[in-house]
Amino acid sequence: MDLSAINPVILTASLMVAATPILLAAIGELVVEKSGVLNLGVEGMMIAGAICGFAVAVETGSPALGFLAAALGGAGLALIFGFLTQVLMSNQVATGLALALFGLGLSALIGQRYQGVKPPATARLDLGPLSDIPVLGRVLFSHDPMVYVSLGLVAAVWAFLRVTRAGLILRAVGEGHDAAHALGYKVVRIRLMAIAFGGACAGLGGAYLSLIRVPQWTEGMTAGAGWIALAIVVFASWRAGRVLLGAYLFGGVAVLQLNLQAAGVPVPVEYLSMSPYLITIIVLVIMSSRRGRAAVAAPASLGRVFHASS
Amino acid sequence: MKLKPVLAGLALALGLAGVAAAADKTKVGFIFVGPIGDGGWTHEHNVARLAVEEKFGDAVETIYQESVPEGADAERVLTQMALSGADLIFSTSFGFMDPTMNVAAKFPDVKFEHATGYKRADNVGTYSARFYEGRAIQGLIAGRMTQTNVVGYIASFPIPEVIRGINSAFIHARKANPDVQFKVIWAYTWFDPAKEADAAAALIEQGADVILQHTDSTAPQAAAEKAGNVITFGQASDMIEYAPRPRVSSIIDNWTPYYIDRVQAVMDGTWTSDDTWHGIREGMVKIGEITDAVPADVKQAALALKDSIASGDYHPFTGPLNKQDGTPWLTEGETADDGTLLGMNFFVEGLAAEIPQ
Amino acid sequence: MIWLEKRAAPSRFWTVVTPLLAVALTMLAGGVLFAALGKDPVAAIRTIFWDPLFNAQFASYSRPQLLVKAGPLILIATGLALGFRAGVWNIGAEGQYIVGALCGAGVGLAFYPLEAWYVFPLMVLAGGLGGWAWAMIPALLKTRFRTNEILVSLLLVYVAEQFLASMSLGLMRNPEGGGFPGSRNLQQYPSAANPELISGTGLHWGVVVAFVALIMAYILLHRHILGFQIRLAGQSPRAARFAGVNANRLVVFCLGVSGALAGLAGLFEVSGPAGQVNIDFNQGYGFTAIIVAFLGRLHPVGILFAGLLMALTYIGGELAQFMLQIPAAAIQAFQGMLLFFLLGVDVLTNYRVRIGIRETA
Repeated sequence: MDLSAINPVILTASLMVAATPILLAAIGELVVEKSGVLNLGVEGMMIAGAICGFAVAVETGSPALGFLAAALGGAGLALIFGFLTQVLMSNQVATGLALALFGLGLSALIGQRYQGVKPPATARLDLGPLSDIPVLGRVLFSHDPMVYVSLGLVAAVWAFLRVTRAGLILRAVGEGHDAAHALGYKVVRIRLMAIAFGGACAGLGGAYLSLIRVPQWTEGMTAGAGWIALAIVVFASWRAGRVLLGAYLFGGVAVLQLNLQAAGVPVPVEYLSMSPYLITIIVLVIMSSRRGRAAVAAPASLGRVFHASS
Repeated sequence: MKLKPVLAGLALALGLAGVAAAADKTKVGFIFVGPIGDGGWTHEHNVARLAVEEKFGDAVETIYQESVPEGADAERVLTQMALSGADLIFSTSFGFMDPTMNVAAKFPDVKFEHATGYKRADNVGTYSARFYEGRAIQGLIAGRMTQTNVVGYIASFPIPEVIRGINSAFIHARKANPDVQFKVIWAYTWFDPAKEADAAAALIEQGADVILQHTDSTAPQAAAEKAGNVITFGQASDMIEYAPRPRVSSIIDNWTPYYIDRVQAVMDGTWTSDDTWHGIREGMVKIGEITDAVPADVKQAALALKDSIASGDYHPFTGPLNKQDGTPWLTEGETADDGTLLGMNFFVEGLAAEIPQ
Repeated sequence: MIWLEKRAAPSRFWTVVTPLLAVALTMLAGGVLFAALGKDPVAAIRTIFWDPLFNAQFASYSRPQLLVKAGPLILIATGLALGFRAGVWNIGAEGQYIVGALCGAGVGLAFYPLEAWYVFPLMVLAGGLGGWAWAMIPALLKTRFRTNEILVSLLLVYVAEQFLASMSLGLMRNPEGGGFPGSRNLQQYPSAANPELISGTGLHWGVVVAFVALIMAYILLHRHILGFQIRLAGQSPRAARFAGVNANRLVVFCLGVSGALAGLAGLFEVSGPAGQVNIDFNQGYGFTAIIVAFLGRLHPVGILFAGLLMALTYIGGELAQFMLQIPAAAIQAFQGMLLFFLLGVDVLTNYRVRIGIRETA
C-alpha cells in the first residue's frame, strides 16, 4: 500500500475530466426536469451524441463541428420524446425508456462504419502562463475546452434559472403547468425547448466520451453514464450548483476507487460503487423531511401530463 | 390486440416462402456475447467466421447472432440455430456453457464447439487459447523497457484466465528486470471504455510507464498516447492504429485456423469432441508486429522467447516458482500442469497486488 | 388549426384499433429502415412477426418460448400497473427483480445439495419477500418523509446491480465453476429447479404465477373495494381523500405488491430459464415491464397482449438476425420505433382530433 503515490492535485484534475460527460448530461436534464418533464432517455441521447459527434468529427476533421453535430443529434432525438410526450401526451416514463432503447440501437447502426477509427484530436486549451501556476494551474488551467464549456454551462443554467425572467417562467411551468397556462405561457412550447436543450447537453456529454475522454467509437460505449446523470439531478435537489457537486462526487468515487487500487489498497469495488447512490437517497430523504421548505424538492409537475383543456 | 388475423392475411398475401436453405451446404452457426463491432473478443471471432466463409465459399453457409445475453436467451438462440439446420455451432463465451450443454443434449446430430468452458459431451467440444504465452512476451518487453520500474495492469475480473495472464507477464518482467513492480487495477468489466481510460490514467499518474490490459477497448491506448512516454500492447485485436507508439506489440486472438479446421472436419465427417488448448505454436495466439519503438535487442529477445515457446522448448510457467505467500509451487525445471493453470487462483511470489476474494 | 379535445371516456373503438395501427405503422417505418440497410423489408417483417408463430421450422419451439419470455414481463407489469393506476410510481422493478432472485437463489444455494420438497417453496417465499423488502424502502421513505418514490426506487436499481456483481463474484460464486463468476446452476439441482411443467409448452411456475397474478389483479381492480380506491386515488387524489382512502396504506400496498411480484419474477427466472445468478443476470426485464404496463394501458388484459407482443419482437428479432443477417442494433431500433408508435397513437384513445377554431381558446 502506498498512498503517497496518489497525488491529490492530479487526482482532482482527472476527476474533473471523468465527471465532465455526466456533468453535461445532468445539467441538461436539470433544465428538463425544472420544466416539469422527466426524460429517462438520457442514455439514448448521450450515445446518439457520441456517434453523431464522432462521425462528423471524423468526416470533417474538426472536433468543434463534431460537438455541434452531437448537440444537434441529441436534441433531435430528444424532440422525438418531446413530440410524443408533449403533443401526443404519452407517458413520460415509458417514452423515456423507449427513447433509451431506440438511441442505443440507432447509434450502433450509424456507428457500424466507425469501428476502430481514430478521431481527430481535440487540442488542450492553451492558457499560457496560467497553466504553470502550481496546483491551481494543473487543476484549473490545463484542460480541453469542453471542460470549461461544461463549467460555463453550469454557471449559465444557474444564472438563467435564478435571475432571468425566462428562467422564472420555466420554473413556473414546472411547478404548476395549469397555473402557468392560465397566466398565458405556452407550456408545451417552453417544455419542448427545455427538452431540446437537455438533449443537446446529453449529446455533448456523449461526444465528450467518444471524442476526448476515450476517444473511440464502440457500441454501447456510454455504459450507463446516462443513468448516472439522472441520479445526479436528484442528488443535486434540482439546483445547478449542486449538479456540479454531484457530478464530481460520482466521478470522484469512480476515479478514487481506481487510484486506490493502483496504490495497492484493496477496496470493495462494488460497495464503493454503490455509495454515491446511497448518499443520494439519504440526501433525498433529508431534503424531503424538511417539510417547510417544499421549494427545494422536486418540481411539482414533474412527470405529469399536461393538456390545455381550456 | 388482434394481431394474428392481420398477420395471417399479410402472410397469405406475401405467400409463405419456404426457408431457402440448400441441404448440401454445411451450415455453421456462431453466437456472440458482444456486438461484432466491439473491436475485441467478439470482433475477432467474427473475423474468423468471415475467414471460414471465404475459405469454403459456396460449400458453407454461416449464420450468427450478436449481443446474446448469457442465460435463458442463449439457450433459445442456440436452439433456434439448431432448428434452422446448423451442422456446427460455435458458442463463444464462457457463460454459454450450460445452455450449450442443454441444447446439445436435445440435438445429438449437431456439433457444438464451446469456447473457454470445461464441460464436454459426445457432440460438444471445447477450445481455448493459451494467451498466457503471449503475456510472457509482453512481460519481457515491459520489464526491459520500463524506466520507472512500474508496470500498470488493467485486469477485468479476478478469474483464472486473467490471473494467469498477470502471473505470466510478471514472471517474465521480473526475469528481465528484478526491480520491476506491478500495479493491478480490477476494472470489474470486460468493456467500459470510459472506465478503462480512467484506470489507465490512474496507473500512469502513479508512475506506470507501461500499461498492460486485459480489457477490450482501445481507451487505455489513447490515454497512454495522451500521457506521452508510455507504452501499451494491443489486446484481443491488433489495435494497430496506435502503432508504433504507444502500442508496441499485441496479442491477437486468432481463431481462423481452428475454425477452418473444425468446419472441415464436420464436412469430412471426421469431427469428434475434444478439448483444445492452443497457443502460439498452432497460431491461435498471434503476436502482433513489434514496432521500432522497441530497441532492437529487446525485440530480438522477445522474438527468441516467442520461438522457444512456439517450439515447445520453453514453458512460461517453469520452476522454480513460489506462490505469493512464499509456499513452493514449482521446483527447478518443473512446468505447471494444465489443470493448475486452468484453475489458477493465486499470484506468484513477488507480486504486490491482491486478488479480491 | 388542429387541436385535441379530451374525451369524456376512452374510446372503445380506438382502444382496439390503435395497437393495430401502431403495429402497421411500425411495419412501414421498420420496412423503410430494413430497406435502407439493404435487406428485404417484407422478409424482415415477416420473420419478426410471423415466423416465431407459424414458421414450420421454428414455431413449435418459438411459440412456447413466447410464454417464457413474456412471463416475467407480464408478472412484473401486473404489479406495476396497480401502482401506476393509483399514482404510485415504482420504476425500480429491475432492482426488486434482482434482489428477489438473489434472496431466492441464496436460499436454494444454502440448502445445496439437500434434496427436499420444501426447498423450492422456501425459495419462492424468499424471492417474493426479497422483492417486497426492496420495494418497502421507497414505500417507507415515501410515507415517512414524503420522499419521491420514482427516484428512490430508480436509485435502488443501481445499488441492487452492485449487490448482484458482488454476489456473483463472491458469496454465491460456484466453488466448482472454474473460478468464473456466477453461481451454481439451479437447473441442475432438482429441489431448487423451476423446470418446464409440461414438456414443450414453455410453461414454468413463473408463467403460471403470472397468469394467476393477472386474474387476481383483474378481480381486485374490478370487484374489490381496494381496486376502487386504487382507481380513485389515481384519477383524483383529493376525491380519494374525501372518500376516506388512506393514501399511505395505498402506497405501501402498491409498492409491496409490485415489489413482491418483481421479486417472484426474478426468482422464477433465476431458478428456471436463466439457471444461475450472474453479473449480467438482469436483462432489463424490470424496465421493459414498465413499457409493457403502459402498452397494456395498465389493464390486465392489455398487459397480457403487450407482454406477448414484446416477447414476439424479441424472438422474431433473433430469428431476423441470424436468418437475414440483420444487425442486432437494427432490431433494437425497430423495437424502439414500435414503442414510440404504440405510445404515440394512444393519444387517439383519450383525445379527439379537432380541426377548426377552438371555441374557448
